[in-house]
Amino acid sequence: MVKFFPVMKQEVPSQWGGGYLRLSLSPSTWILLLRSLGLAIILFFCIQDTVIAKLAIDVSRGYTQPMPIAIANLLGTSKLESQLGHSIANVISADLERSGLFRPITVINSLKKIDSLRLQPMFSDMKALNTQALLSGQINIGEKGDIRLEFSLWELSSRKKLVQEVLFASTEHWRRVAHVIADSIYTYITGEDSYFNTRVAYIAESGLPTHRIKRLAIMDQDGANHRYLSEGSWLVLTPRFSPTMHEITYMSYFRNVPQLYLLDIETGKRKLLGAFPGMTFAPCFSPDGSRMIMSMAQQGNSDIYEMDLRTRDVRQLTNHPAIDTSPSYSADGLRITFNSDRSGTQQIYVMNKDGSDVQRISFGDGRYATSVWSPRGDLIAFTKFKSGRFYIGVMRPDGSGERQLAEGFLVESPTWAPNGRVLMFCREIARDVHGGGGSTRLYSVDLTGYNERLVATPQDASDPSWSPLLSLQPLSNIF
Amino acid sequence: MRMRLLSVLAAVTLITACESAPRKTTGVTDTVNNMSSSGGPTTVPAPAGVPQGEFELAVSQDRIFFDFDKYVVRPDAKLVLTRWVDWIKQHPQHLMTLEGHADERGTREYNLALGEKRANAVKEFLIAHGVSPDQITTLSYGKERPAVSGTGETAWAQNRRTVAAVSMGSAL
Repeated sequence: MVKFFPVMKQEVPSQWGGGYLRLSLSPSTWILLLRSLGLAIILFFCIQDTVIAKLAIDVSRGYTQPMPIAIANLLGTSKLESQLGHSIANVISADLERSGLFRPITVINSLKKIDSLRLQPMFSDMKALNTQALLSGQINIGEKGDIRLEFSLWELSSRKKLVQEVLFASTEHWRRVAHVIADSIYTYITGEDSYFNTRVAYIAESGLPTHRIKRLAIMDQDGANHRYLSEGSWLVLTPRFSPTMHEITYMSYFRNVPQLYLLDIETGKRKLLGAFPGMTFAPCFSPDGSRMIMSMAQQGNSDIYEMDLRTRDVRQLTNHPAIDTSPSYSADGLRITFNSDRSGTQQIYVMNKDGSDVQRISFGDGRYATSVWSPRGDLIAFTKFKSGRFYIGVMRPDGSGERQLAEGFLVESPTWAPNGRVLMFCREIARDVHGGGGSTRLYSVDLTGYNERLVATPQDASDPSWSPLLSLQPLSNIF
Repeated sequence: MRMRLLSVLAAVTLITACESAPRKTTGVTDTVNNMSSSGGPTTVPAPAGVPQGEFELAVSQDRIFFDFDKYVVRPDAKLVLTRWVDWIKQHPQHLMTLEGHADERGTREYNLALGEKRANAVKEFLIAHGVSPDQITTLSYGKERPAVSGTGETAWAQNRRTVAAVSMGSAL
C-alpha cells in the first residue's frame, strides 16, 4: 500500500529519560502507544549550542578536510539482522564519504560489547580511532519482515548522545533507511538540509551517435535501485521531477511528434501534457507542482509558455523572434530564469512569472545556457560555452559572483540537489574524428567546485534531474 | 554524385539498422557506415519503392547545410532548394517533412529550438517559391541525430543541416 515514502522516523530526545523505557517495548506496542496518544510523528530537537560549536562542518567554506566519523556496525541478534546492519552501515558510510565532508571509519570489533543502545559505547576503545563522532545502532527485523532501527550519534569527547532516532520500514526499503540516517548525520553536523534520501531521473544512452538509443531511467542518488522507465523505441529527452515526486515530465518523439509527456513513476502510466500546435520541450514544474513552464515552437520560433496543470489553461510568457528556452522557476515560484539569443548570442535572462520585467543577467565572455535556479534561491546554475570549451558555473540571480565549478569538451544540464549545495551534470568525452571512443556520463560537484564525483550508471547517461528530498511517512498513514 | 550514391545506400542501411540494435564498431568501417546512413532521412525509413529514392535521384541532394549557430539559408543552398521546389510541385500528392538538425556544440534544448529554426527557414523558402504550405511539415531533432559521428569542424559542418524526407500523402 505504501510504496513511496517508506521510512518512518521517530526522533528521541537524549534528555528524555522516560523514552528509554518506552523504546524497550516491542515495535507494535510502541506504535499502539503512539497512536493512542494521537501522535503521528514526534519531533524533538535537543541541539545544544556548545556541542554544535565543537562538532560542526561549515559547508560554505572552500576545501575542508573531511571530518573523521566512526560508523559502527549496526547490531542485530540474528545473522540476518547483523548482515542487514552491516549493509546499512556501508550505505551510510558511502553517502557520507561521497559528500566530501566526512571520512567514515568502519568500526566492527570495538563495539561487540554493546548489546543495546541503552548502554554506552566503549568510549575507551574509541580513542585509538582519533574521531570526534560515532554512529552506533541496533536493528530488529520483526515477524512480518519490518525493520526497526534505532541509532545514535555520539560525540566522543563529551560522551554525549547528539542524535537518537528510531526508524521503521519494510525490509525492501533498507537502503532508504540508510539514506535517512546519513541525512540525519549530515544535517546535524553541517546545520544544512541534506540530500541522500533522493532519486535521480536521467536519460540512459547506448548505440552509435548517429542512431543513439535513449531511454528514460531512474535510480537512487547513489546509483542503486536503477530501473528503466521506457523501452527505447522512441527518442526521449530531458526528464524533470515534479515536486510532488509521483510524476516526471519529459520530452518524447513518440510517433515522430516531439511533445511533452507526464509519467506516473509508480504506475508507469503516461499521458500527453496537452495537444499543442508545435513542438513542446524544455519543461520545468513550478515549486508547488501546480504549473509547468516550457518552450513551444510555432512557425519555427520558440517562446516560453506556462500551463496550469489543473485547468490546463496555457499562457504565452515571452513573445520574441529570437529563441527563448530552458525556463526555470525561482524557489518561491515568483520569478523565472531562461535562455535567449535575443541579444545575438545565448544569454541568461530573468523575468517575473507572468513574463514581465525581463532582464539580462549574464554579461561575461561566451555563450550562457540552461540556467537553473537553486532550491535555496541564492544562485543560478548554468552552462557556458567559451573558446571551444564548456563550463558548469553558478552566479547570483542579479548576475554577480560568477564562478566555474566544472569544465570539459562538453558539460551541460546542471541539476540541483534539494539542499542547493551539490549539482549533478553530464559530461561528454570527445569522440575521435572517426566517431570512435567517447562517452557521456553523469558527475556531481559541490558548490565549492571541489569534490567532483562520477555518478555510477550502467550505460552512458545524460540529462539528470535530481528529485526533492523524499519525505518520511507519518506513522498514521501506514498502520 | 557522391551524395546521391550514398543516399541510395542509405535506404538499405537504415532498414537493417532498425531491425537490430546498432552494434558498436570501431575505426574505418564505422566511419563508412555512418557516412552512408547520413544519406537517408532520420524518420522511420520508408519501405522499398517509395518516393524518397525517386526524390533523391531527381534532386541530387536531400539536405542543405548551415553555418554555426545560424539558420539563414546560405546562397550555395539555393540551387538545391529550387530543385526541391520543382519536385514537390510536380508531385502534389506527396508530402515533405523538413528535419532540422544542429551540431553537438550547443546545449540540448537550445539546439532543439535551432533545429526548428533551420527547418522553418527552408519551409519559408519553399513557400516563397510557390509550394503549398499543406505539403510541408517541419520536425527538429536538435543535436540528437547527427549525420556523421566524428568530432571536429568537418563533421559538425555536415551535421548542421535540414534534410527533406518525402512520403505519399496518405502515408503520413
